[in-house]
Parts: sequence; structure tokens; C-alpha cells
Amino acid sequence: MKVLVCIKKVVDSNVKIRVKADGSGVDVTGAKMSMNPYDEIAIEEAVRLKEKGIATEVIAITCGDQGSTETLRNALAIGADSAVLVETGMDLQPLAIAKTLTKVNASINADLIFFGKQAIDDDSNQTGQMFAALNDFPQATNISEITIADRVAIVKREVDGGVENVKLQLPAVLTTDLRLNEPRFVTLPNIMKAKKKEIRVVPNAEVQMTNQSRLTVKNYFEPKGREPGIILSSVEELVEKLKNA
Amino acid sequence: MNALVIAEVKNKEVKLSTHATITAALKVSQQVDVLVMGDDVAAATSLIASLAGVRKVLGCTDGKFKHLMGEDVASVVVSIAKAYQFIFAPANVFGKDFMPRVAAKLDVSQVSDVVDIIDQKTFVRPIYAGNAFITVESSDEIKLVTIRTTSFSTELANVAPVTIEQISTPALFAKKEVLSVDEIKNDRPELNTAKVVVSGGRGLGSKENFDGLLIPLADKLKAALGASRAAVDAGYVQNDLQVGQTGKIVAPELYIAIGISGAIQHLAGMKDSKVIVAINKDKDAPIFSIADYGLVGDLNEVIPALTARL
Amino acid sequence: MSEVMEYDVVIVGAGPSGLATAIKLKQLAEIQQTEINVCVLEKGSEPGAHILSGAVMDPQALTELLPDWEALGAPLKTRVVADEFHFLGSKGSYKLPHFLLPDCFHNEGNYIVSLGDVTKWLAAQAESLGVEIFSGFPAQKVVYGAQGEVIGVETGAFGINKDGSLSDGYQPGMEIHGKYTVFAEGARGHLGKELIKQFGLDNEADSQSYGLGIKEVWEIKPELHEEGKVIHTAGWPLDRHTYGGAFLYHAADNKIFIGMVVGLGYENPHLSPFEEFQKLKTHPFVARLLEGGKRISYGARAIAAGGLNSLPKLCFPGGVLVGCDAGFLNASRIKGSHAAIKSGAMAAEAIAQALQQGRQRDVLSTYADLFKSSWLQAELHKARNFKPWMNKGLIIGTLMVGLEQKILRGKYFWTVHSRTKDAAKLKRASAFPKIQYSKPDGKLTFDRLSSVYLSNTNHNDNQPVHLRLTDPKIPVMHNLAHYDGPESRYCPAGVYEFSEEGGDKKLVINAQNCLHCKTCDIKDPLQNITWVTPEGGGGPNYTSM
Repeated sequence: MKVLVCIKKVVDSNVKIRVKADGSGVDVTGAKMSMNPYDEIAIEEAVRLKEKGIATEVIAITCGDQGSTETLRNALAIGADSAVLVETGMDLQPLAIAKTLTKVNASINADLIFFGKQAIDDDSNQTGQMFAALNDFPQATNISEITIADRVAIVKREVDGGVENVKLQLPAVLTTDLRLNEPRFVTLPNIMKAKKKEIRVVPNAEVQMTNQSRLTVKNYFEPKGREPGIILSSVEELVEKLKNA
Repeated sequence: MNALVIAEVKNKEVKLSTHATITAALKVSQQVDVLVMGDDVAAATSLIASLAGVRKVLGCTDGKFKHLMGEDVASVVVSIAKAYQFIFAPANVFGKDFMPRVAAKLDVSQVSDVVDIIDQKTFVRPIYAGNAFITVESSDEIKLVTIRTTSFSTELANVAPVTIEQISTPALFAKKEVLSVDEIKNDRPELNTAKVVVSGGRGLGSKENFDGLLIPLADKLKAALGASRAAVDAGYVQNDLQVGQTGKIVAPELYIAIGISGAIQHLAGMKDSKVIVAINKDKDAPIFSIADYGLVGDLNEVIPALTARL
Repeated sequence: MSEVMEYDVVIVGAGPSGLATAIKLKQLAEIQQTEINVCVLEKGSEPGAHILSGAVMDPQALTELLPDWEALGAPLKTRVVADEFHFLGSKGSYKLPHFLLPDCFHNEGNYIVSLGDVTKWLAAQAESLGVEIFSGFPAQKVVYGAQGEVIGVETGAFGINKDGSLSDGYQPGMEIHGKYTVFAEGARGHLGKELIKQFGLDNEADSQSYGLGIKEVWEIKPELHEEGKVIHTAGWPLDRHTYGGAFLYHAADNKIFIGMVVGLGYENPHLSPFEEFQKLKTHPFVARLLEGGKRISYGARAIAAGGLNSLPKLCFPGGVLVGCDAGFLNASRIKGSHAAIKSGAMAAEAIAQALQQGRQRDVLSTYADLFKSSWLQAELHKARNFKPWMNKGLIIGTLMVGLEQKILRGKYFWTVHSRTKDAAKLKRASAFPKIQYSKPDGKLTFDRLSSVYLSNTNHNDNQPVHLRLTDPKIPVMHNLAHYDGPESRYCPAGVYEFSEEGGDKKLVINAQNCLHCKTCDIKDPLQNITWVTPEGGGGPNYTSM
């Protein structure tokens, strides 16, 4: 069983971002970049499936510039077998990525395709579902548990107020939630091994990715700070305010 | 310009997210139709038919819709989409599941988690977990929008009911099945989704005080319990109750911070709450600079008094 | 220990000195047509994540190491175009006429840089030469051989819980052995400190003296910005018994780097370097620049300022100290990055020569010899009395440094020694009135926690506290009783807080805020605090500091 894990390089979750003074974008110059945390969970789960003898091959894929190679190396160090970089300098929107991944997957034919439920930079939460729709695959978003048997995946989905138990026929798309697992610490020997694993570069020309300028960002801005409110003098006053709030 | 809203119905009950989504759709169109799907939605459709601003309700019922799947919602929406210039859904687990499928099938983009609508093609949405916002313009012929439900009013007047039209069910998606749903029966709501959060900090002084003062208040308010990092570090509560930059990010309707000084790391986790109340014995605590209502006093007296009067 | 990795050279710390060592080793290997395997361990999440410096960089050593640095895209872009030195009083300021500016404050030909960016770039150069850099892997322990020689280091473990138990994800540390091990941890490196003691490297040196540097990056109004302008100040808000000064560098893109260095030999336990720096920004001379601007980052780091007099022996069996781990900073020029690069390159020459001779794990005395005949030694010799004079107060210090540098041009034969450790210089709280610092206004001045927030600092919550107390009773019984708990003031990250529980005072250590500046390890009166490495990758994530 082949597992494809789609990952993204994002500004590290510890780094506080800042909108540029002229509102033209988010200043990410020099900021530490990391693998999207939900994608890291996806890689971890795929590798665990391989360690359990369920998956036979784990392939990590990303669309991005040469800098994304680092992110792929990290996936390889966690335990992916090989990686694919679809090389582009463009800032691609989810639909374009889903289409690209569909093209690349045509030659991979993965049985299970993992995505993080969302990327922590644009917070769109779209790509996995779009990919599933383009391929007419079943999907389970926000999963917190997975078992595989007989070309069927049984998963738990985190939904409002509970957990949904879902059965999907493979090939299927799964998007990961925080509770699925806790990614391992990568070890030095595994980092060394990762350096020797293959990263296949697919030039953009081959897949012809484009956004078709569907969404255009007009400006970026930072949220307004909260203004201080009023200091009350008694519990009674507070109860009154809460009742009217 | 026609707009379609997809209603969220659970256990025959119309979720308030539906109201918020209708409010949002009314900002771009006065012809708002609402699609209601489920295994038994008769009550829900008639309720929605009486909501002000709705032009028409489309009911789509099938016994197999007991547990509605995103795949099926998407194919129903796609089957009627050509009649609309706008499709709106809530940006919650329900809407996030099927809307991108609709987008991909229609070959249009989706604008996620919209908090403000500027005009018929221009929307505002958060990125980087709300640390920045973008104003984004869509050039697609059908605009697909999911909205943040807390950003739009759920107050819709009741009017004389409009037409309810039944639409047929397309072929169902066969490659997936919902086996069951385990509802979490928790007396205390989850921190992430609670409407009210009562949160404690090191100002409480001890684990005994944390439990003794906060739990009765939280019970009374049906609130989730939260804590500052300092309170977690001091061992008053488990780590999973931590609200803040490295803990959970919450945005309830009411956040009551008790004995929390308000380090920016904590504020990062709760500053989007609708109403913030701060209770602290230190009048200079930074939390007061962002609280809507502040109360300075001895927690051992103030909190039981508050609990008793609510 | 299950696995051991073997390298020719193991380098601890991916800063300018460690990376210069690595780059020079690879260059020499190519000349010698041999293979030298080099690995660099870095505790930060990536090279540059823990680097903090002013910085005005003298490119001399970089030009020696990588002559075509400009073509290689080095982030040295802003040339210094103007140099000013101001004495600040409580209200006014006095600009020193340019002709009176001591040589050490001249910056013609230097560049205003982010040393973090330079470090990232150096790391990329090193990697392109085949150096293996492991970020997020702190060297936790020195590994000694049978004869007591250094044979390598052990990396820290991952996944140890707060209570010391092992989590499911536990990964033990690994030993990494080298024919030679280079310690390039920066000022007050925790392994460097151990090695200096173990091998008595400082037996003949003055005690090291340190300063705490605190820095903020601001984006200011374009009309107030003068790219390439360098300003140093002395005087207010520090009293004349406290060594220190401030810098204001106009970098590119309307950014200014503003910071203050406070000598950690200060006597008054009520003093707070953090608050002094905040206060500095309220001086009209500074405030007018920041008006309408926005603070975008914050950080702090101790520097080793003792200079040549405090320099320990550089070599011991199996290893060397380079950069600020040894203490090569020229305090009079407040510059260390050129010295770090130069020292690393010299260490590399000695190592490459030894490897070629088939030697290993012996004393690399060639390194010390190379230093003695280098321009770096000459530069530090000229500046050797700067810090000792400054320890005598700003007025005497300035006069004597001016005399030595301006009139005698560095050709003087006296040397002023300083033998007291910074920690021992602290006097009892009762000897001074409390200092009342104003509340932060949220515009020019800020509190510690909102500052730390901008350093992107994080540590895994569930790990043992990495600031170890030898005796847990000392903070309250000694420090609080006699010195009014100075750790709550000298720590620029708010790690130490005295809290009261049921009438009993107690020290709370908020280890997750730690900026790895090492001030507590230096200044704690009884040296009761030991900084050890936290889980890999923890600490600040500075962006372009």
C-alpha cells in the first residue's frame, strides 16, 4: 500500500509574524521556516503505518521553491521513503495545488493520501478536500485515529460535540487533526539517512500549475488591539453587566 | 444575484450557524435560498422558511442522510449551483468538509473563514491564526464563501413562511459510510468550543483555591475551565487546560480571567473573546488593559459572592 | 550509549566562530587534497536562531576567510556612513567632536549587519562545502577519554518529562566523537566553563568580566531614518560606577537596532539592566527617533568583555576554545564577530595541520602560536586595558582609554588587572536605596513578558527545568535576604520571580521564557544557578537579530 503525504513549508509556529508597514504582505524575511505542524502529524502517521507493516511505501510531496527541500528532508528524516518537489516560485492557491497533486499522483497511484487539516499560514483548510473531489475519492477530515484492513480505512473524525466513525474505501484522502499522534523526535542517524534518500524534482513546466488569478489579495492588515474597558466597583455591578452582555 | 446558503441541521435542530450564514449572505444578495439536507428535516425546513430574508427553502431528504456526509452535500450543491452567484456555508467542521469539494467540482476558488464582507466580490479573512487579516477579491463567477459564524449576527426576525421546495437526491456517494457518531456527553463543555470560559491564574494561590473558587462558578455558568501557564506550572491544573500562545486559543462569548495577570502569552490565546472580564487583586495587572469589565478585589471574597449572585 | 558517530572534527555551536572553523577546515582539506569530516552541533532550531549582536561588523576576518563574500551574497549590505558618540545626561546630550573619537569607535569600512543573518549565510556556505550542521541538537556533556583528553561530546536527550521520567517519544543522547573537538558556544558556554575549570585554562588569566547586551529592533518613520548611521552613547541612565553604554544603528529598510550593554560587575543589586535599557529609550535623544515607530523584536545575550587579560589558554588535549567561548571580543570596539571568525580560522589551520600529520586528541599549541602572531592579538593587546579602566568608572575610564588610544596610539606598557568575579562584586541591598523604575508605557517602554514574546522563545513545556539550583534554599535565604532577590531584576526574560504562598516566599523559575543569555549563570551571588542545555531546539527563534 502506497501512502502519499502532502506537506507545506510554513513560518514556524513559534515565530510571531508581522504585516509589512505598507500592507503589501506579511514580513517573513529571515523567519524560521518549518513543516506545517499538521503535515508533520500526517507524515508521522504514514510512517507508523509503514512500521506496522500496513504501508509499503511513504512518499512526501510538496509544491514550492528550492527552500522546500529542507522541509522534505525533514519528512525523510521522520521516515518517509522518498520525496517529490514540484518546483515553483509562485504562491499557489489550494485549487492549483490540488490539481497539481492530482497530476503527479497519476504516476504514483497512492492508496492513501494524507494532508494536514490546514496550513497554519493561510488557514484555508481546502486542499485535501479539493484533491479528493478532483479524484472522486472519499475523504475524512480532522481524523484522530485510523485503522486499515482489506482496502478499507476505518477512522475517527473529530466533529463538533463528538467523534464520527467512518469507513472509507481506498484510495482515500485523510486530513489530520492534532490528536492523531505526537510526532517523534528525529534522530541524528535518521537525519543522516535522509540525506541519502531521493528527492525527485518535477519542474513546474511539466505540470503547468497556475492560479488563473482567481483570488487576489488587496491588502494585509493587523488586528486592532482591544481597548481597555471599565473598572467596576462591586460584584453587584459585575452581575448586572453580565446579565446585559 | 442569487445566493445559496447551506443550513446546518443536527438532530433535527437548526444550528445557529445557519442564521449567521444567512445574515452573511444577505450582505451580497436579497435572493437568498437555503438548502436543508437530512434524514428528517421537516421541522427544520419550516423553521428556516420563517426566517426573515430567506426567499425559498430547498429541502433534500433521504433516509441515508442520518449522518450527512460532505461528499453527498457537495454533490447536491453542485447539482443546483448553476442557479447561484454566491454559495455560503459556515466555516466549521460541517462547512469545511464539503465546500472545498464543491469548489473543486465547479472549478472555482473558495474564500475561507470570512469575517467581513466589503462588497459582492471583496471579503476579509484572517490568516496566521488571526494575527493578520487579508482583504481578498474573488474573480470567480460563482463565489464560494465560508464564514466565521461569530462574526455575523444570528438574530433573524420571524416572518410569514416562504415556499419550501423539495429537490431530488442525486446518486449517493458509495465509497464512504458513517458507521456511528459518539457524542461526547460532558457536563463541562470543551475548552475549544465553550461559550463561556472561566480561567484561573497564579493569583488564586493554590490548587485548593483554584478548585474551590472556580469550579462552583464554572458549574453555575456551564463554562469550560481554563488556566494560565503560570497556574499550570504551579501545578493547580493539568496542562490541557492551558490557554495561551503555547496552549489553546479560545474565543468564547464570555471569558472570565481570575487571578491572571495577563502576560501577552496568555492574551494571545483569548484576546478574540467577545466579552472579557478580569478579576484580580492587583489593580495594575496588565489584564485590565484589555478587559471589558474589571474588578479589583480579594478573590476569596469576590468569587464566592459572584457565584452566589449569578 | 548505543550509537556513536565519528567525525574528524566536532564543532559545538553554529555561530561565526564555529562556522568559520568548519569552512576553513573544508578549504584546507581541499588544498591538502584530503577529506576532513566536519560536523557542527547547534542547540538553536536553526543557525542564527540564538545569535544576538549589535551589530557593526568589521569585514577583515571574513575577507580573509571568504574573499568573494560579496559575490556569494553575504548579508553585509549597509556600509557605515556616519559615526557619532554622545554622552547622555539626564536631560541633554553632548556629542563628542569627531576628532576626539578614540580609534576604537571609528567604523569606516564596517557594515551594519544582523549577525543572525550573517550566521545563516555562513551556515549555507559551510553546508555547500560539505559540512554537516545539526540544528536543534545541543551538546550537553563533554566526553573524556581514558587519559582525560576530550574525545567528543554527548548530545542532549529528547522526551524527558518534567519529573525526570521518560516519555513515549524518549530519544537518548548520542556520543559524537572527533579527533578534535572545537567549542564555539559563545560567551559563558556551559561546556567551555567546565573545560576552563577542568584544565585550569584560566589559572594565569584575569577573571573574565561580562556584560549583558539587550537589543530591540524597531521600524521607525522613514523621515527619521538615516541608513548607515552609527551612534554610541555613554552616561545616562547608568550611573558613573556602572560600566555600560548604548548603541543605535540605522540598518536597512527603516529599521534601527537599539541596545544597551551593562557590565555585569555592577554593585547595586537593585539595578535592573532591562529597566535601565527601557529608561534609555525615554531620553529625548533616543525617544525622538522612536516616535511613531514600532518595536519588532527583542533579545538579550551576555558578552565576555574581559579581553586579552582574561583570555584563558585556548588549547587542551583534544580540543580548543574559539570565539566568545574563549573571550576574543574587543570590548573597546564592542565587536567580536571579526575576532570570532579569525579565531575559528586559526583553530582550523592548527587542526588541519595536525590531521595531516596523523595526530589526534593532543594539544593544538599551533593555534595559540598562530594567535600570538596574528593581527587579532595586536588588536586585543592595544585594547587590553579598556574594560579594567572602565571598571573604575566612566570618567576615569574614558580619560584613560582616550589617553591610551588617542595620544599614545596603543603603545603603552602598563596593564591593568582585574581579579574579582562579576558575581562577587554585588554588594548588599542595604547599602543602596531601591531604584524606582517607571511603569512601562507600552509605546516606548515595555515589560519583560511582552518583550520575551517578540523573541519567539519557546521550550517544550514538559521537560525538567534547565536552570539548576545547587542549593534550592539559597534564593530565599541568601539572595532575597541580603540582595533583595537580584535574579528577578538581572534576568532580562522574567525567568525568576519571587512569589508568595501562604506568607512564605518562594522562587519561581519560568524556564520556558529563557533567552539563553547566561546572565544568571554569571551573576548569581553564590554561583548557585547553573545553566544547562534544555531539550534541543528550545530557546529563542530570533529573526534577523
